[in-house]
Amino acid sequence: MATSIPAGSTTDGAIQVGQSAQPADARVSAAASYDVADFPVPHGREEEWRFTPLDRLRGLHDGTAEATGGLRVEVAAPEGVTVETVDRGDTRLGRAGKPVDRVAAQAYSAFEKASVVTVPKDAVLSEPVRITVHGEGGTVYAHQLVEVGRFAEAVVVIDHTGDATLAANVEFVVGEGAKLTVVSVQDWDDTAVHVAQHTALVGRDATFKSVVVTFGGDLVRLHPRVVYGGTGGEAELYGLYFTDNGQHQEHRLFIDHDTPHCRSNVAYKGALQGQDAHAVWIGDVLIRAVAQGTDTYELNRNLVLTDGARVDSVPNLEIETGEIVGAGHASATGRFDDEQLFYLMARGIPADEARRLVVRGFFAELVQQIGLADLEERLLAKIEQELEASVG
Amino acid sequence: MATLEIHDLHVSVEAENGPREILRGVDLTVKQGETHAIMGPNGSGKSTLAYSLAGHPKYTVTGGTVTLDGEDVLAMSVDERARAGVFLAMQYPVEVPGVSVSNFLRTSATAVRGEAPKLRTWVKEVKETMEALHMDASFAERNVNEGFSGGEKKRHEILQLELLKPKIAILDETDSGLDVDALRIVSEGVNRVRETGTVGTLLITHYTRILRYIKPDYVHVFAAGRIAESGGAELADKLENEGYEAYTKGGASE
Repeated sequence: MATSIPAGSTTDGAIQVGQSAQPADARVSAAASYDVADFPVPHGREEEWRFTPLDRLRGLHDGTAEATGGLRVEVAAPEGVTVETVDRGDTRLGRAGKPVDRVAAQAYSAFEKASVVTVPKDAVLSEPVRITVHGEGGTVYAHQLVEVGRFAEAVVVIDHTGDATLAANVEFVVGEGAKLTVVSVQDWDDTAVHVAQHTALVGRDATFKSVVVTFGGDLVRLHPRVVYGGTGGEAELYGLYFTDNGQHQEHRLFIDHDTPHCRSNVAYKGALQGQDAHAVWIGDVLIRAVAQGTDTYELNRNLVLTDGARVDSVPNLEIETGEIVGAGHASATGRFDDEQLFYLMARGIPADEARRLVVRGFFAELVQQIGLADLEERLLAKIEQELEASVG
Repeated sequence: MATLEIHDLHVSVEAENGPREILRGVDLTVKQGETHAIMGPNGSGKSTLAYSLAGHPKYTVTGGTVTLDGEDVLAMSVDERARAGVFLAMQYPVEVPGVSVSNFLRTSATAVRGEAPKLRTWVKEVKETMEALHMDASFAERNVNEGFSGGEKKRHEILQLELLKPKIAILDETDSGLDVDALRIVSEGVNRVRETGTVGTLLITHYTRILRYIKPDYVHVFAAGRIAESGGAELADKLENEGYEAYTKGGASE
């Protein structure tokens, strides 16, 4: 991959080791609250908002966006799974963690009904739970909870389509020894705005795997967070995004190693094409002093297909104990350059096929992580479709 | 019989102070079964000739013609030239992350042959060719040129040459950076292709060393953007003894 970064920038990560006082940009110092009033209205220069075009949030961040819209949520679940719609007062809500920015807190303060999917303990689902979220226009505040009981195993696919201005919190509570895989697909219309916090509480010896796939939307800003409820927890966070002309797609990850002997692995890959395509990837990992035996690695790769696109990639690892198994991060942004194109074409491969070959190869290892054949095929088809739009 | 005809070829590159002419009227005819060595000092335009024939966008043809069996090569896109039977083994092959050698070879063979090779015979063909080039089977699973040593890159180029079976093979400094063992293995690969009698070879080199392994029918001395002298294999011996001095004096392209 070419080392030059033609349009956009990549910021190397910072590693800060062993301080008792929090460094200035420590994510742990960020406020966390269920109440929107605890967060000032962002002006755009704050660390957590500096990459986001606030004027395209349609008022989600400043209290002016009234809930006027509709969202059609359908849940198809195998037998044994409980699907409920509950009032905001339900005591099961909010356990995974508090909102950490103003929009998530706004969503928490404003939602009326929440959907709750419960997989009972010891249940091993043979089929995925499929949640389809279809936006019918307008502003919506939403809340979802997926709870997987101890030693249960489940796959949940959340599929976002249509048009919406959506602010949401999605909670995953993974019981002891349970295994949960969540695939969240953002296949929105190009007009949608989607800002959401995904908070996972990973129980003792539990495994949480998240696959985030973002194709659509005018602005998508997702904040997957992991905290551990007991030792031996494992989190794998994978992401794939394809950012087109004018789209802003932002993925901000935070893994809070607050418990000893837990593991985390992050791999996000994105392709960008077109004028003013903007992808942002923030990978924050905090290893607290108590979290001895932590093993963590995070990676972000970006493939810039055309001029005019911009990437901001910021891995950030804070380590407060040296008694760990491993901690690392990597970030690279390269472009599909003319020399690659020439090389492949000089072997008889037409230009559009050459581009397809490179992009498919780039994403292949992540697509394989999904483990659902129908979804994998849909994603590959989607990638081809996006590429055709650019080659055309 | 396939024939590549280059007539009065002029090529420029974009430089800081405007276009700079590198090739200044190249005339050369390469027929199937023949091997032409093009030798010359650094900066004489040898590699420009190679890349211009393959259609690299950096080079602008400002005059002359190139035809393959009468077809206008210069009017073809890069991939069309390759499918028409022009192959360039590159001096600096490019890394293509995320694309495995096996996927690349098959995609390329499918494009050049016009149909996907039958899987069974294809696997055997690739395996045997790789063995002949002393390449480990695990090579096929690596990403194209990624982390390859200099010798591995050149073997990979010759592997493609053997599999794609072009009408005209242009080898751009395939010998540079190779140790003697690698040079022998790579040369044997080229000779296997030559022995089929179906390829015309344009061997571009700075050194005479590779000519001990690959015997040319014709030797051309390249200087200042054109062919300065042509002869048989004996011309290489003269160059070995006397160097390029006679051709560079007063005739440098700068």
